[in-house]
Amino acid sequence: MFDLYLRRRIINSIGLGVSVLAMLFGLFWLGWILWTLLEHGLPGLGMHVFTQTTPPPGSSGGLINAIFGSVMMVVIATFIGTPIGILAGTYLAEFGQRGWLAPVTRFINDVLLSAPSIVIGLFVYEIYVVKVGHFSGWGGTLALSILVIPVVIRTTENMLRLIPNSLREAAAALGTPQWKIINFVTLRAARAGILTGVLLAVARISGETAPLLFTALNNQFWSTNMNQPMANLPVVIFQFAMSPYADWQSLAWAGALLITMSVLTLNIVARILFRQNPNSH
Amino acid sequence: MTVETITTTPKMIVRDLNFFYGKDRALKDINLTIPEKMVTAFIGPSGCGKSTLLRTFNRMYQLYPNQRATGEVLLDGQNLLDKKQDLNTLRAKIGMVFQKPTPFPMSIYDNITFGVKLYENLNRNEMDERVEWALKKAALWGEVKDKLKQSGTGLSGGQQQRLCIARAIAVKPQVLLLDEPTSALDPISTAHIEKLIDELKKDFTIVIVTHNMQQAARISDFTAYMYLGDLIEFGDTSTVFTNPKRKETEDYITGRFG
Repeated sequence: MFDLYLRRRIINSIGLGVSVLAMLFGLFWLGWILWTLLEHGLPGLGMHVFTQTTPPPGSSGGLINAIFGSVMMVVIATFIGTPIGILAGTYLAEFGQRGWLAPVTRFINDVLLSAPSIVIGLFVYEIYVVKVGHFSGWGGTLALSILVIPVVIRTTENMLRLIPNSLREAAAALGTPQWKIINFVTLRAARAGILTGVLLAVARISGETAPLLFTALNNQFWSTNMNQPMANLPVVIFQFAMSPYADWQSLAWAGALLITMSVLTLNIVARILFRQNPNSH
Repeated sequence: MTVETITTTPKMIVRDLNFFYGKDRALKDINLTIPEKMVTAFIGPSGCGKSTLLRTFNRMYQLYPNQRATGEVLLDGQNLLDKKQDLNTLRAKIGMVFQKPTPFPMSIYDNITFGVKLYENLNRNEMDERVEWALKKAALWGEVKDKLKQSGTGLSGGQQQRLCIARAIAVKPQVLLLDEPTSALDPISTAHIEKLIDELKKDFTIVIVTHNMQQAARISDFTAYMYLGDLIEFGDTSTVFTNPKRKETEDYITGRFG
């Protein structure tokens, strides 16, 4: 008997030890990345980053045009992608029990979800940028919204499926029509989770570079015209970090730090939102 | 299988009811009369079809593909299973409370008004009165009257279940279906609900599914014992429990089986 318990305890400590080591290994890299970002990004961060536009090599400047462009494109893409994603996700969760359309949609959505973002960029380049004849903010927005849709579809469907059927039955037992059940009961019960999904989608697209390279490209000057090439943080980071100029590199680090911090903040907000409603009915 | 007591009016009559989950036949030729303003209990071991039978009374099975019923369920002479019978009108007449409390993600007040708004256009005052009436009927008013704007999901399990009962009766149905309404509750909440059921039968016809035989004996006027989709015995509760006609019923009730 005693040997048995001793053996179990040893196996338990080994398992626990290995798991903790794996966790520390993963955290180590994350910590290192954050540390490097802070080390190189903080010195370059100052008021000028938020007040001046991207400079030509050798002179000082900021990132305001890129910050503005990124915010514009991410916000509009979210506004385009979110309603489509929520509606489609609702269809899959609430009506996707029978027929062939839902499983097919689900499969295609999974493919889209894992599609390399550069493919999306090339696609939009071919169908929009080439037709219009120039790079533009709208092109970038289009590419980003295509990335938002599958993420929102997936989380909406998953969150709605977490709502127990007994809640739907309770609403139906009162004689509630299905559209009311979905609008006022199930979607409401799942809203914290769905909102989390939207925030995660925003976090995902705010760092995407590849789809913007072929669509929005970049703009060295202040521009609010969505029909013109538009500056944005990821592409600026990409170009400035590859350059040989020290002040460009410093700006690239500052931009990288900005993106990381916003994504981190979004993730934390998403978590807090979700936790406020842990057993959200 | 006739009801022995004569002093009752039939509210619902079930005729040759069969129910299918896909190809599985879950109810077999059920014939049964539910008397008005009485408590009728369905008892039997798990999987005997008692919940299935209850769920045909408001056609809840229609939410799911591959489930269907044949035969007749008459409410005041009207066949509920008739395709022409409007589902929402039917469900306005027949309320249901489930095993687990199912408050909607909204305030206590809105939980009650949710169903009422589907059928009636009440002004603010009338609605307030209706909410108070329903909560008083469900013996919950005293506990929640000062926090009607708070979320219904923040109540305790027993309170949530009474909220669900209040929500069901706020619509003023004629029949109340209770599907194991106390199996997720503690003994004190259970006692609350049982007392409540006794009060409610003055106004409503109540059908309750329970796996708790003592509960059926305590609160019901009539009892149906079911086994494997068959209705084995149906009669007034005291007869079924003290002097059952069928050996199977006796075995189940005395605990020799099930």
